[in-house]
Amino acid sequence: MPVIHIDGQEYEVEAGQNILQACLSLGLDLPYFCWHPAMGSIGACRQCAVVQYLNPEDNRGRIVMGCMTPVMDGAIFSLNGDKASEFRRTIVESLMLNHPHDCPVCAEGGECHLQDMTVMVGHRDRQYRGKKNTHRNQYLGPLIHHEMNRCITCYRCTRFYNDYAGGTDLAAMAAHDHTYFGRHEEGVLQSEFAGNLVEVCPTGVFTDKSLMKGYTRKWDLQSAPSVCTGCAVGCNTLPGERYGKLKRVHNRFNAEVNGYFLCDRGRFGAAFVNSEKSLEYPGLRGEDGRFNALDHHSALMHMVHACHAEEGKNKVAGIGSPRASVEANYLLRLLVGAENFAPGFSDREQPLIELALALQQDSPALIPDIQTIESADAILILGEDLTNTAPRIALALRQSVRNKAYELAAELRLEAWQDAAIRNLAQDQRSPLFIASVADSRLDDIAEDRVALAPDDIARLGFAVAKLIGGENISELEPELQARAQAIATALQNAQRPLIISGTGCGNAAVMQAAAQIAQALCQAHNRAMLALAVPEANSLGQAMLTGPGAQSLAQLSKRAAAGKLDTLIILENDLYRRGPKASIDALLANVANVIVLDTLDNATLSASSLALPAASFAESEGTLVSMEGRAQRYYPVFVPRQERRASWIWLLAVMKESEREEVSELHSFDDITRACASDIPALSGITGAAPDAHFRNAGLKIPRQTHRYSGRTAMRADVSVHEPKQPVDEESPLAFSMEGLNRSQPGSLLPFVWAPGWNSNQSLHKFQSEVGGHLKGGTAGARLLLPATGTSASTATQPDATLAPSAPQQPGQWQMVPRYKIFGSDELSVHSPAIAELVDPGFIEISSDDARALGVNDGEGLVLNKPDNASQGELLTIAVATLEVRLNDSIAVGCAGYSVGLAGTEDIIAADKLVLSKADNWKRHKPQIIGSDGGGSTGGDHV
Amino acid sequence: MFKSLRSQLTTIWTILQHSFTPAETVQYPEEQPYLAPRYRGRIVLTRDPDGDERCVACNLCAAACPPDCIALQQGVREDGRWYPEFFRINFSRCIMCGMCEEACPTNAIQLTPDFEMCEYERQSMVYEKEHLLISGTGKYHDYNFYRVSGLAIDGKDKGQGQNEAQPIDVKSLLP
Ligand code: SF4
Ligand code: SF4
Ligand code: SF4
Ligand code: SF4
Ligand code: FES
Repeated sequence: MPVIHIDGQEYEVEAGQNILQACLSLGLDLPYFCWHPAMGSIGACRQCAVVQYLNPEDNRGRIVMGCMTPVMDGAIFSLNGDKASEFRRTIVESLMLNHPHDCPVCAEGGECHLQDMTVMVGHRDRQYRGKKNTHRNQYLGPLIHHEMNRCITCYRCTRFYNDYAGGTDLAAMAAHDHTYFGRHEEGVLQSEFAGNLVEVCPTGVFTDKSLMKGYTRKWDLQSAPSVCTGCAVGCNTLPGERYGKLKRVHNRFNAEVNGYFLCDRGRFGAAFVNSEKSLEYPGLRGEDGRFNALDHHSALMHMVHACHAEEGKNKVAGIGSPRASVEANYLLRLLVGAENFAPGFSDREQPLIELALALQQDSPALIPDIQTIESADAILILGEDLTNTAPRIALALRQSVRNKAYELAAELRLEAWQDAAIRNLAQDQRSPLFIASVADSRLDDIAEDRVALAPDDIARLGFAVAKLIGGENISELEPELQARAQAIATALQNAQRPLIISGTGCGNAAVMQAAAQIAQALCQAHNRAMLALAVPEANSLGQAMLTGPGAQSLAQLSKRAAAGKLDTLIILENDLYRRGPKASIDALLANVANVIVLDTLDNATLSASSLALPAASFAESEGTLVSMEGRAQRYYPVFVPRQERRASWIWLLAVMKESEREEVSELHSFDDITRACASDIPALSGITGAAPDAHFRNAGLKIPRQTHRYSGRTAMRADVSVHEPKQPVDEESPLAFSMEGLNRSQPGSLLPFVWAPGWNSNQSLHKFQSEVGGHLKGGTAGARLLLPATGTSASTATQPDATLAPSAPQQPGQWQMVPRYKIFGSDELSVHSPAIAELVDPGFIEISSDDARALGVNDGEGLVLNKPDNASQGELLTIAVATLEVRLNDSIAVGCAGYSVGLAGTEDIIAADKLVLSKADNWKRHKPQIIGSDGGGSTGGDHV
Repeated sequence: MFKSLRSQLTTIWTILQHSFTPAETVQYPEEQPYLAPRYRGRIVLTRDPDGDERCVACNLCAAACPPDCIALQQGVREDGRWYPEFFRINFSRCIMCGMCEEACPTNAIQLTPDFEMCEYERQSMVYEKEHLLISGTGKYHDYNFYRVSGLAIDGKDKGQGQNEAQPIDVKSLLP
């Protein structure tokens, strides 16, 4: 390790770093703006200046940029010398020439990197007498607020947005001190990762628009470590609360998962917690069919009564949920018995998710976390539209394809942080990424080759690639696909760290099997192939682990209900109407006398229940979720649930205690349930390792959820009563609802906020890392439950059922339905966040323009989707399934029509169904196309 | 011995002198003492010279308050101004230290020379915005934060603030 001298002190530093990194890792405060640990250096802001001396005799030295100067053995620097600190002070002074007098009304204030650096360099008075430059702001959509006056032209925004996240609609414009960062015209920022600008921009130019409408300073937020429930990636988040409202979500660093960035669904979607649809009291359906509010004890007694099973008399079943915690699902399964417990997947989804789990459990390939995905040097995506189903992975893939650039850089001995140099060097050279999918995707711009195929054909292509890698011959395939398969196989074989990604997203089991087979074939030839399979929801994989294969499906339960063999059905945090056609769910619920629903927000299933219990959301409860990579992660309550809301596990445990069930006699706390689940379910035995239990103390203290500046404690509730209540006590976790305690060096799973003296912004994170950009000092959050299988023998799961025939020729007038996911709208909860709701369109169907011409429809017109009625042979009778707006998309695979999953109007469509399309008469667009809802500039806070 | 005698005499002499100085204490409440404008008593929220609410809900006063007895919530008005949706001071906790006034960047929150705030009910010591907001400017007559700040609000566009140049035309290459 090189030894360098800083201000006369000797330090050992990591080779290959720059001085800025080295200083920060050593705990020395060196101001900076443009450098970012995940994005490297460009030397734009001139803030990180230090003085470098040639040799011990040199007493003049020269000013160099810390972020652009590599550490070298024996190098001599001065950080605090007059010259260096004077230089840095004048840089801030010049940045401040045009800076507005905005801090009190700036949503960055109190966590502003510019404020921190200004104080750190000691700049105070503006001496320049000239006028300040001003800029007009732009409307950038419902998520991000723009206040251009505050820019210090560090270029972090465009470097993140364009270089890192592949966006195209944000740019630096104009010249010299007129530089402007915005879009070419006002409009919604198109990138799915635009929200990261809030954290990347060191000033208040880009701020969280929903936060601005009821703003709270960082120091006033109560926050706790949490996990995003938006998809199965399991990004770590830091939600912040004030006055019982979830105010915002920031990124919680996890070196192996989300690193520094979240997607916009995760960042802005969590506001569903504040929705008016939130349930606050239990409700019992009365004689008149309306719900009457109950207190929680009588609700409990009703539930105990309904669940009371006498010999063969009262048959109880439960439906769990892939969006509820492992613990709640485990308790429900315990309550109703494993044979009466359905995991709550749709019938279509259930075998797919079970397969995804089996394939990963059996695969000899590495199941990668995101950090490992970023190391892949050849990637094949089979059938998954990652940007919309597992967004953070799509962002990671944009980094993976840069491995080619890093290889080129290594040949020239350029350090990895030389961002601009490496981008110039590589230009358009990328590590190969191949996409076989049903239609276009947002990653197409970095793909070496993309082919649109029907799901079965994607699988055939995949199997062919596997065969080629295994040295077999694929002559049965169409010549065009053969060539493609050959190219893919060669690229994967030539790679050091090939990665195969697929998932449940195209609704086809063979596609996943093909992916697993390729990974397996590669493993037999290689040491290190990776296999990632995306699943739909935050705990889909955990749910499959809990039940194991062959669990009750909704169809089986429906059958039992129809046969009169079910009296009580308990539904845990699951809107069944999103899991199957309305008619069949209606039938299921109608056939059961007692339908008990625990959920957070009002929904169709809850409205059909006889007893509704308000379940605390992720922000008010604790739980464990298992992400798609098999990482068990714990989330903690950010605030105490209001009114009668309780965590589902508390409801279920209380019911079982009241019924004097023996299984729970030893279970008293959340940790007990986690432990019981871990010892009962072998696949989940690792979940206790997800986070320390409630007895953990940080140097003898709890970990505070509130910052030490948390204000207003003796006034917040004084309107209700001037006698302040005691701070709520959290017995279930090592975190405290107070500002007392120690937030330092604890395990990464217990990090409630970042702050360090002098570092109020999120840049203080480096004080919590073992080295800047590295793992957290207390260790990375989460416990991996999936480890690569040792043997390389082919497992049963990876064997294809049969060699697939080419997908059946299209029946005239029939189209195969293929799912098209939308980051905004396809998942259940985030659409209840007002900001996201603005971005959600009504359901649509995508067909090619040729098909549209044949059907006589245009873009924006309506199509009726009809199911051919099998009962009637001969003449074609149909049942209408949906009527949707047409969107032309010429990239869609021949014979397929894409339907928007989860968007209004598509509930009854099932993936892979063959439907008859016909033009809808009297069609009216649901919603006019609007560019922006507050673009006029006259509404609050959006002045331009 | 001589030393202590002298000390005793000096003391007696000093006490004697005090018998002739005028009394500092007054017959309160019949007689009201003079309190300087800077006296730190009951807190008010003031208005800017144009008569609009000064407070921008920046939360600095609340953060500075040692007994944490200020709570407020920011909101954005139709005209683009930040304002406190509610603003509450629990005077039963307030120690009249003046930290809030010192922290306030807009001169909105000010302490006044009124200290007569006794109540039989502690709950009545909780003041909401309607009790705090006065119609004048208080001690500082001229300051209007929005004239200095870069934020555009109705009636003050970008470039119309103090010491501000007209908004830049991004499309122009002229210096
Ligand atoms: S960006 Fe920072 S320094 Fe500038 S106004 Fe906002 S808080 Fe103040
Ligand atoms: S907008 Fe923010 S990130 Fe972009 S250049 Fe300006 S200060 Fe830097
Ligand atoms: S990628 Fe998924 S888990 Fe991560 S922030 Fe987005 S929605 Fe949440
Ligand atoms: S410091 Fe002043 S402007 Fe800020 S919230 Fe308090 S009273 Fe309002
Ligand atoms: S951080 Fe080094 S020049 Fe900007």
